[in-house]
Amino acid sequence: MSRKPVAFDPHMIELMVHQGIPHCRELGVRVVEVGAARTVLMLPFQERLIGNPEFGILAGGAVTTLVDTVCGMAVQVALGKLLPIATLDLRIDYLRPSEPRQDVHAMAECYKLTRQIAFVRSTAWNEDEAKPIANCVATFMIGSSDKAVLPPAAEQEAGRAVKGARPR
Amino acid sequence: MSMLDVIRQAKESGDFGRFLTAIPYFAFLGLAIEETPEGPVCILPADERFIGNPRLPALHGGVVGALLESAAVVQLVWQSEAVHIPKTINLSVDYLRSARPVRTFARGIVTKHGRRVANVRVEAWQDDPARPVAAAKAHFLLG
Repeated sequence: MSRKPVAFDPHMIELMVHQGIPHCRELGVRVVEVGAARTVLMLPFQERLIGNPEFGILAGGAVTTLVDTVCGMAVQVALGKLLPIATLDLRIDYLRPSEPRQDVHAMAECYKLTRQIAFVRSTAWNEDEAKPIANCVATFMIGSSDKAVLPPAAEQEAGRAVKGARPR
Repeated sequence: MSMLDVIRQAKESGDFGRFLTAIPYFAFLGLAIEETPEGPVCILPADERFIGNPRLPALHGGVVGALLESAAVVQLVWQSEAVHIPKTINLSVDYLRSARPVRTFARGIVTKHGRRVANVRVEAWQDDPARPVAAAKAHFLLG
């Protein structure tokens, strides 16, 4: 990537995932890693997300949700600030079924950022990153609305987090 | 009851409610099916838990993707001889408009039904089917 990696407080991504996105809060999505190169999230296994009851396999839709979220977060990290973004398109290949009753991890990297569009790729896996269950490419529109990104309470907390963050 | 029995029974009775509740994720989404002359329509109820952006507010893109994929599966099971849940090979979603957190509908059309693979197109809309909020195409492995 031609851009310099930007300083970004990982706490902002946690605020976003845990407080800014009600559906992720509902699913209990966790932030595993936030870095300039990649962002990793985890979706804990839950019975209610099973798509194939014969084998206890997580539904594709749940994996899509995790992947969409991690792609969006990778865009925020690349931007170096929280901006309103919107998924333009997302294509996901399901390489193999998720292992029965296992958590899903998903990693995303924003490999190209223009003024208006972000290009992202992502993979998902259970325990071994070398054995991906899904591969994804997505594009996002940047600055898709003029509304703030976080709910007001989290916005205040984010302000404190930024003030407290050390420049890197 | 096995999935095979659930699907067979759903097809015989024309009542897919049982099929929807047999799949935990469909039940989690609260999906319902309405039969129309053009085929089954999947309905995602309005629910604050499905919001991705509370400031707009808008549904989470993943939930919209999940609705599209589910509607494609329902369409396939509905019209084909399948007695297993089709396995998604891939899904490509275009997000056309911001999806508000209201009742959302989706219907699939099987573009190509091969022996092993099916291609399905799906659209999701809210008030007006002519103004879809998202569209997708997906491949499924059958049997």
